[in-house]
Amino acid sequence: MYNEPRFMPVGDQALLMELGDDIEEGCNACIKGMIELIEEVGVKGIIETIPSYRSILIYYDPFVTDFNETVDRLKKIYGRLDIKSVEKGDTVIIPVLYGGEVGPDLQFVARYTGLTEEEVIDIHTSMDYLIYMLGFAPGFPYLGGIDERIQVPRLETPREWIPAGSVGIAGRQTGIYTVDSPGGWRVIGLTPVKLYDPHRDIPVILRIGDYIRFRPVTVEEFDEIKKGVESGTYYPEVLRGGAG
Amino acid sequence: MKILKAGITSVQDMGRFGYQAYGMPTSGACDQYSYRIGNILVGNDDVEASLECMLMGPTIEFEEDTVFAITGGYFNTTLNGVKIYNWHSYRARPGDILELGGVISGCFGYISFSGGIDVSPVMGSRSTYIKGKIGGLEGRNLKDGDTLKTGEGNLFAYGRQLERIYIPRYERDVTVRVVMGPQDDYFTKEGIYTFLNSPYEVTQSSDRMGYRLKGKPIEHAKGADVVSDGVPLGAVQVPGDGQPIIMLVDRQTTGGYTKIATVITADIPRVAQARPGDVIHFKSISLGDAYWTYRHYKEQFEIIRWYVEHS
Repeated sequence: MYNEPRFMPVGDQALLMELGDDIEEGCNACIKGMIELIEEVGVKGIIETIPSYRSILIYYDPFVTDFNETVDRLKKIYGRLDIKSVEKGDTVIIPVLYGGEVGPDLQFVARYTGLTEEEVIDIHTSMDYLIYMLGFAPGFPYLGGIDERIQVPRLETPREWIPAGSVGIAGRQTGIYTVDSPGGWRVIGLTPVKLYDPHRDIPVILRIGDYIRFRPVTVEEFDEIKKGVESGTYYPEVLRGGAG
Repeated sequence: MKILKAGITSVQDMGRFGYQAYGMPTSGACDQYSYRIGNILVGNDDVEASLECMLMGPTIEFEEDTVFAITGGYFNTTLNGVKIYNWHSYRARPGDILELGGVISGCFGYISFSGGIDVSPVMGSRSTYIKGKIGGLEGRNLKDGDTLKTGEGNLFAYGRQLERIYIPRYERDVTVRVVMGPQDDYFTKEGIYTFLNSPYEVTQSSDRMGYRLKGKPIEHAKGADVVSDGVPLGAVQVPGDGQPIIMLVDRQTTGGYTKIATVITADIPRVAQARPGDVIHFKSISLGDAYWTYRHYKEQFEIIRWYVEHS
């Protein structure tokens, strides 16, 4: 993380507040805290903020404010920011059916890493993953820090269709596809939870700074949860103030 | 109205704002200038939903009295077989057939209807976002046989037209203005020079998400990848091959390529109206000039509305 944030103009309606140039938890907490403060204080002219691993893209209305004025205000807010007071995110428990038809690459991952399928699942479910940012597709979480023992390369040829809910791993990353899309990650399982549903009051249930913990389920439990999701009666379990 | 032939057509409006932090692209009309003028011509507020067609327009049979206008790219447009013109509003009767066909100049055409297209908004917008399967008609492009309704509109808003000076001309060689950054420091001096002094051709792999350009490679100093951050409208991304991509309305909200510059808001419509094979030049302007241009751009809609309603 930088000692002082950098501010850069982005066209005539936005600016970039860059806090670092790497993927690290401290930076993420800072970004989360900064956005909360901006919302709390209500900075004149700011329309929308888009957090990412290391920066915040800030849209403003140039009829109301400009780059210099907004930067001055943001610097003042940053001066008030106390990372220690940024609340730890919640941990969302995501049930996953691993392997078989819904996790076609689990076998490959086991073979590649020299582990059994059960060991791969154990390792994948043994830690909480920080949600650094959402992007690529609606509600798609970028999760940090996957265990070295189960790191595998991407598919050489991406699949043309990966169904929403698929849990994938690639390199140091793991994530959950939120809409049907092409993709090159190794798919090891499927969750019945809809992380993105445009017709729900809150279309995206994850927030940056929260954590995800994967929990393996049986086919029976998967089917039961799926029914609950479809009838709107199932909500994923959330541990407040995260054990992450 | 009934869609006899769909062309490549979707329902679009101003776009879906406030959800980019959750990875939701804004979508909306690619050429907001033509889209807004269309609404003005048919007596709508600026925000009503219109049909946007890319390269191939639809054929529509009207089922009710309707006022409509075509703006943006020029198609072989006819109403009941008689040629009609862009930037005018017309009244259609039940049974009338509007046919656009293929594009002649420009890329995106807009058909605006008095009262707007009546579909349910999702997250505050009627814009179609195909990958997210939302907005417009079932979150998809139109298909043959679809029917659409319009809201209650002003049926006397026909016979209106746009002053000539406000009618854009779609050249095959356009210069678009950019504000440098946010990552222009990732390029060599030579790379920046190349970017600002070379022609870039729009390629076939261009769509509502972004326009891929082809030309002299732009040289990086520190490598082409950055840790992902937010991608604004008009961002000019330069991946490792040095070929720029201008990001448009259906762009993903975050990305990991270096962004050398950002196209100013007023020139996004001119990017959108470029077709594969057309040439784009980039010109750098100061942030102050960019603000001035944006104010001028926004204010002209009010002036145009006044003229259209008082002439």
